[in-house]
Amino acid sequence: MNIIELRGIVKRYFVGKPNELEVLHGVDLSVGEGEFISIVGESGSGKSTMMNIIGLLDRPTEGSYSLSGENVLVQPDSELSILRGRKVGFVFQTFNLIGRMSAQKNIEVPMLYNHVPAKERARRAEHLLEIVGMNDRAKHQPNELSGGQKQRVAIARAMANDPDVILADEPTGALDTETGLLVMNIFLDLHKNFGKTIVLITHNQTLAAQTQRIITLKDGNIVSVRAGGNPIPGPQDLLEAAV
Amino acid sequence: MSIGENITQAIVNIKTNKMRAILTMLGIIIGVAAVIAIMMLGNTMSSSISTQMQSLGVNNITVYVQQRDQTGNQNFTRVGGNNIQEKDLITDSMLNTLRQKYSDSIQAFSLTNSVGSGQTTSGSKSANLNLIGTSPEYNTANNLTLTQGRFILQTDADNRRNVAVVSDKLVSAIFGDANPIGQSIFVTVGTHINNYAIIGVYQSQAQNFGGGTTASSQLPTDVYIPLSTAQRITGSSGYQSAVVMTKVGVNATDFSTTIQNMLNQYYVKNINYQVSTFTAESMVSQVTSMLNMVSIMIAAIAAISLLVGGIGVMNIMLVSITERTREIGVRKALGATNGAIRGQFIIEAIVICFIGGVVGIVLGLVIGTVGVSIIGGMMGSGMTLSVTAPVSTIFLATGISIAIGVFFGYYPANNAAKLDPIDALRYE
Repeated sequence: MNIIELRGIVKRYFVGKPNELEVLHGVDLSVGEGEFISIVGESGSGKSTMMNIIGLLDRPTEGSYSLSGENVLVQPDSELSILRGRKVGFVFQTFNLIGRMSAQKNIEVPMLYNHVPAKERARRAEHLLEIVGMNDRAKHQPNELSGGQKQRVAIARAMANDPDVILADEPTGALDTETGLLVMNIFLDLHKNFGKTIVLITHNQTLAAQTQRIITLKDGNIVSVRAGGNPIPGPQDLLEAAV
Repeated sequence: MSIGENITQAIVNIKTNKMRAILTMLGIIIGVAAVIAIMMLGNTMSSSISTQMQSLGVNNITVYVQQRDQTGNQNFTRVGGNNIQEKDLITDSMLNTLRQKYSDSIQAFSLTNSVGSGQTTSGSKSANLNLIGTSPEYNTANNLTLTQGRFILQTDADNRRNVAVVSDKLVSAIFGDANPIGQSIFVTVGTHINNYAIIGVYQSQAQNFGGGTTASSQLPTDVYIPLSTAQRITGSSGYQSAVVMTKVGVNATDFSTTIQNMLNQYYVKNINYQVSTFTAESMVSQVTSMLNMVSIMIAAIAAISLLVGGIGVMNIMLVSITERTREIGVRKALGATNGAIRGQFIIEAIVICFIGGVVGIVLGLVIGTVGVSIIGGMMGSGMTLSVTAPVSTIFLATGISIAIGVFFGYYPANNAAKLDPIDALRYE
């Protein structure tokens, strides 16, 4: 079964106004369970709009979207919020951890909105911190963490409700090369060892090359679909990918 | 997200901006403190005034003569001074008729005939006094406490004896610690000069509400002599006022109207005068309602302070939400519904108002207690004020604080809830 089924997705802004703008012109995309794909494209290609639609933050003007077999676009906004919390895990370029809240509490936020009991939240947050190698920083506030550490906490947070898909928007964009590699390794690990479905949005072709499939967007259309290498990267490969 | 989690979060956020939160709370604190302090003062004042009024005797009806204003309108004012003629006064025959007609309601009359103010001297010592002729019932009608001797008896009146009941203040001024009973005092009132034998001493009440600059030892106290003795001095046998003591179970307020109607029949042809009455009961309710009015007015001012405080809370919530736009976007991306965001910020506003309310209550209780003791001190030692904590007001104030949080928190919280998550996430 495909986790993501997008059919004929059209997104127009300012509908009916003189400055009407169509940013996606009928995009079809299927992502299978356990797949690690990347969506690449330059600024203005429609990447962000794609991510917003996949992540249920935005609704397409036309087209259909089924997430884990469920036609999500018929749901009201309040239901979309709940689905977003359960089925999608976001990783942002700028980490977006909530300040004044420890790493562990940040990871618990999606579980709070999903009504997970306190004990279970704490147990799962600790487990996730361990996966991303941050269990010794559980009580640290975001401003006491480095960029790479923040992003690792953010990845753990994205995993909090065991989502069907992880959406990562330029997750290494704000990190130095070495740290970026570390973060990319975590995604590869989540894919390989936990079978997570991951959609990586990037403009970095070499990073994309490590995923299984590379979707290239240009001016609101998918212009190419290539198989990526997705090798288990050696140190040399990683360095190249990062540059 | 549970309410408990929201409260914890709200406290964390308030702690991060301590100064801002305190300034915001100030409006609420001042408003609540004012309400509590005013209520405390008001309650204490009215209860102590009621108690005092009641000591005047709730079963007493004061009957007095009123004179028509010389301005020609329909108003009457209570007569005073000596410009009233004998024919316009209440007479013994009127009172006797009254007593016969309503013998089942009237217990006694307490009558006075004021001679005037003067002084008594004994060597270098002196004391100011008001010489007043009274009937034997005056004592009970006015709740006088005798510390020594006895009050005036009917036999004193029948024999027009020159006896007097004086205050303990006068005794200590003239006689010091010596036993005054049987001693005589030399009294000068205008042209009237006479010796009176002391037969009793009463406990003088504190001079309330008058606490001016005069030393309390200089304030005149009443010296009571038999009515008949006073009538001989003044040459008047009528009364400008009389106190009717009713029997137990008689409704003084209703009965006062009956007495008034009956006595006014004597004044039908005397168009410039009439008789009116008042009861301690009606005075108590008048004073209480006046105090309540003042309380309500000050409470209204406090309510305005609360309103301003509420607007302050709303303002700071709007600022806080703008600052945390990105956080709101993140929370929405992590699965927060609009309702969850709205709830979070309303609870934050409630927490601010609640803390402000609690601080205000404590501050108000402190101010109220201090205020009560200051007023108690001003009123003199004779009056003990019991501090009553306004429990219902405390609950009300807490409730109102929470309500302000909900009311003024809703608009900002709703703004936060309606934010578009994509825009919010992009917000710098």
